[in-house]
Amino acid sequence: MATYTLNINGRSYNADVAPDTPLLWVLRDHLGLVGAKYGCGIAACGACTIHLDGEATRSCVLPVSAVGNMRVTTIEGLSEKGDHPLQRAWDEVDVPQCGYCQSGQIMSAAALLQRNPKPNDREIEQALSGNLCRCGTYHRIRDAVKLAAQKS
Amino acid sequence: MQSSSSYSRRDFLKSSALVGGGLFLGFDLFASGKFNAGVASAALEGSFDFNAYLSINSDGTATIFSPNPEVGQGIKTSFPMTVAEELDFDWTKVKVVQAPLDTVKFERQVAGGSYSTPHSWLRLRQAGATARRMLIETAAKRWGVDAGTCTTDKGLVLHPSGKQATYGELAADAALLTPPKDVPLKDRKDFKIIGTFVKGVDNQDILTGKPIFGMDFYREGMLFAMIQHPPAFGLKLKSVDGSAAKAMPGIVDVVSFKNNVAVVGKSTWEVMKAREALHVEYEKEAELESSADHDRIFKELMTSGEAQVKRKDGDTAAAFATANKIVEAEYQCPFLSHAPMEPMNFFADVRPDKVELIGPVQTPQSARDQVAKLLDIPAEKISLEMMRIGGGFGRRLRPDYAVETAELSSIIKAPVKVMWTREDDMTGGIYRPAARYRFRAALDKAGNITAYELRGVGINAGNPVRENNFPAGAIPNVLIESVDHKSPITTGPWRAPITNFLAGAEQSFLDEVAEAAGKDPVTMRLDLFRQAKAPLNAEGKPTYDTERFIKTIELAAEKSGWFKKRKKGVSLGFSVYYSHLSYVAQVAEVVKRRGKFTLQKVYCAVDCGIVVNLSGALNQVIGSVVDGLGHAMYGQLTFKDGETQQKNFNTYRLIRMNEIPEVEVHFVDNGIDPTGLGEPALPPLSGAVANAFYKAMGKRLRDQPFVREGDNTMENVL
Repeated sequence: MATYTLNINGRSYNADVAPDTPLLWVLRDHLGLVGAKYGCGIAACGACTIHLDGEATRSCVLPVSAVGNMRVTTIEGLSEKGDHPLQRAWDEVDVPQCGYCQSGQIMSAAALLQRNPKPNDREIEQALSGNLCRCGTYHRIRDAVKLAAQKS
Repeated sequence: MQSSSSYSRRDFLKSSALVGGGLFLGFDLFASGKFNAGVASAALEGSFDFNAYLSINSDGTATIFSPNPEVGQGIKTSFPMTVAEELDFDWTKVKVVQAPLDTVKFERQVAGGSYSTPHSWLRLRQAGATARRMLIETAAKRWGVDAGTCTTDKGLVLHPSGKQATYGELAADAALLTPPKDVPLKDRKDFKIIGTFVKGVDNQDILTGKPIFGMDFYREGMLFAMIQHPPAFGLKLKSVDGSAAKAMPGIVDVVSFKNNVAVVGKSTWEVMKAREALHVEYEKEAELESSADHDRIFKELMTSGEAQVKRKDGDTAAAFATANKIVEAEYQCPFLSHAPMEPMNFFADVRPDKVELIGPVQTPQSARDQVAKLLDIPAEKISLEMMRIGGGFGRRLRPDYAVETAELSSIIKAPVKVMWTREDDMTGGIYRPAARYRFRAALDKAGNITAYELRGVGINAGNPVRENNFPAGAIPNVLIESVDHKSPITTGPWRAPITNFLAGAEQSFLDEVAEAAGKDPVTMRLDLFRQAKAPLNAEGKPTYDTERFIKTIELAAEKSGWFKKRKKGVSLGFSVYYSHLSYVAQVAEVVKRRGKFTLQKVYCAVDCGIVVNLSGALNQVIGSVVDGLGHAMYGQLTFKDGETQQKNFNTYRLIRMNEIPEVEVHFVDNGIDPTGLGEPALPPLSGAVANAFYKAMGKRLRDQPFVREGDNTMENVL
C-alpha cells in the first residue's frame, strides 16, 4: 500500500491503495467518483474513459502509480454544472438508452473536440469507434457530437 | 396474452390522503385474469391493492412513480408521460421516482417481452384521468359551478368565468373524494404529451456520472465480493484452497457454497487480485461440449425421427410429391452472450429479521421470491430496490446473481455487493441458444407455394420454432417440427427470444422461394397475406393481423422505393416480421462502389400502434437495427470442452460506430393502442440484410455470424 496524491477535476485527493490498482477502481471504490464505468477491464470497451492531461485514457488499465502529477478529469469534472456543450447536446438529442456507456462516450468526444473543434463524420467515428454501446445509440452519439461542435 | 379491453369492467381506483397533504392515487387491476372473482374480491376488501400511483403535491408539482425496471427501454419516461397526459399536467413539473418492488401496490413489475406498455397503457391513462376528474369536481364544488363547465390545462382547473385553481391548491380536498369510475379518456387528437419527443428523465444523472446504476451502489461498511463459478459447463466444484487468497491484503474471507467460490474483501481490486490466488479444482459432472459436438448434434437431430410435430396442416408429403419445384435450405445461428455493458452485480444485506436487496434486475419479484425460498423466510421480510439497469437484453430476467449475493450475505452475515467481471459474464451462461433450421417449400407450376416445412433444432432452446406465426395460415400444407438437445450449457431469453434468428432465416428463405418462383419478394408476400387466414391462438384469436402486415409492408416498399427503378449498383433486400404484438418491415440497401459492398441504409416501417414517446420509440427501433445487425454480422460464442472461447470484448465482437448504416424509421399511423417495441424491430433485420447482400453479391448468407474467420464471403464488404 502507498498513499497517492491525485489531481482530479481540479481538486487534490489522497488514496491509500496498492500501486497496481487501476485508476478506475481508485475513483470508484475509494473516492466515490463512479461516473467512469467498469465494462471490460482490458481497455476494450471505453466505458471507463477519463482524461489524463486532456487525453482520452482508459482508466481500467492505468495503474494509479503511473498517474503522478498528471491532471485527471472525469465526467464529474467535465463541467461544473453538468452543462458542457457535449452534455447539453447529449440531453437535447436524447442519446442514452440504458446510459451505462455514455460517460465514457462523452469523455472520448470531449477529448476529440479539444483537439478538433469541428470534426467531420469520419473523424468522429475514428475517435469514438473504441467506445462500445450495446444499446446501439451510435447514430445519436454522432449527432450529439456534431450538435455540440456546432454550438461551441 | 392478456386483453386490455376487460379493464374498464373490473378495475377500479382508490385514493387516500397522503401524509403531509396531497392527492394520492393508486390504480389497481385485477383484470389480468390472474385471480378468479372470489379470490379477487377477498383480496380487495379493506386493502389498498394499488398497482401504480401518483401524488399531486401542494407545491404544484406531481410525483409519478414508475413501477417497472428501467433497462434502457425508456419506461421510466414513457409511463409517467402517459399518466401526465390524462392528468393534463405540465410535464416539466413532473418528478419521476422509481418505485421499489411492491407486489401489493403494483402488478407485473417486469422489464421483458416488450409488454410493459401494452399491459399498462389503459391503466396509466385511467390513473391520470381519474385524478383529473377529482380535481375538477373539487374546484367546481368550491366555486359552486357545474363540473361539466370546467376544463383543465397544464395543471390548472379553469372555468369560463375566469376562475382558476392549480392542482396543488385542490389536491388536499380532492384526495377526500371517492374516485369516480369509468372516467372517459382523452381523445387521441387532444394528446399534448403522448406522441411527442420527450427526453429521458434520468439524462442529467447519466450525463454527469451520478450513482444510479447497481454497479455504483455503495453503502458504508459493505463488503465487496466476486464469485468464481465453474469455468466450463459440465464441471462442478471438487476442492478449494483459499488460504493464499485469504492472506492477501484487504481480503476478509473466502467461502464456498454450491459450485461457487466467493472472495470477500474491502475493495474491488483487492478482491480481483486475490481471486487469482485461488486454488480451485473442478471435476466433470456432465458432457464437456465443444462447438464441433454441436455441429454433429445438429446434423444428427436434423434427420432423426425424434422430432416433435408442432403444427401440421394438410399433407406436405403429398404436396412435395407433386411439386413442380422444391426449394430447400438450412440456416444456423451460434450461441450469443447478452453482454450488457454493465456486468451482473447486486447488493444484499441479509439479517435475521429482514433482508435488503438492491440492484439491477428485470424481474424483481422473481428475485425476491427465489431469495425467500432459498433462505426460507417470508417474502414480506424482503425489500427490493431497483437500480437503473445498464442493459439487460434478457440476461437480467434471470436473477441468479441476485440470489447468490443474498446467499453469500447470509453466509458471511454482512452486507455485500457482488460484482461479476466481464469474463464472469461472458463465461457465466444463460446464452441465446444455438439453433439450426431446415426449410423446405414446394412450388406448383404457377409458382404458388403449395407446401412449407420447417424443422428447428435447438441446443437448450426449448421450442426453437414459432409454429403459429406466418407463414402458417398462408400456405395450405404446413409441417413444423422441433427438436431440442439438452446441454449443460445454460441458455435463456435473449432480446426477441428464438425469433431473433428464426425471423431473419425465414425471411431469407422466403427470398429464396420468391426467386425460385420468379416472383418479386414483396409482391409474393403481399399476395400471401391477401389470401392468408391466420391460425387461432388458445383464446380463439388470430395469431397475426393480415391487414396490419399488409399496411406495414406497403409503407416499407413505398419509403424505400422498392418498386421504383434503382440506381446502378444499388441492391435492396426485404424482410417483415410480427412479434411482441407489433409489425416491422425492413428494406436493407447495399451499394457497390469500386468493387466493395456497403450496407448503406435500412428503411423501417413499424406498426406498434400509438407511439407514446417519439424519442424512445425511435431509440428502440434504431437500437434494434444496430443490435440485430451487429450480432448477425459478428456475434458468436463458441465452445471448447464446455468452456467459451470468447471471454471479453477483445474476442467477442460487438458492432462499432463506424459500422452502422443510416436508419430511416416510419411509423404506421393507425391509432391502435400501443403494442410492443423493445424487441420487434430486431427479428426481421438480419433477413433484410442477407437478402440485400445476396442481391448485390450473389451469395446467400445462411449462417451467422456472416463475418467469420476462414470464410471470405464478406471480404469485399465495408
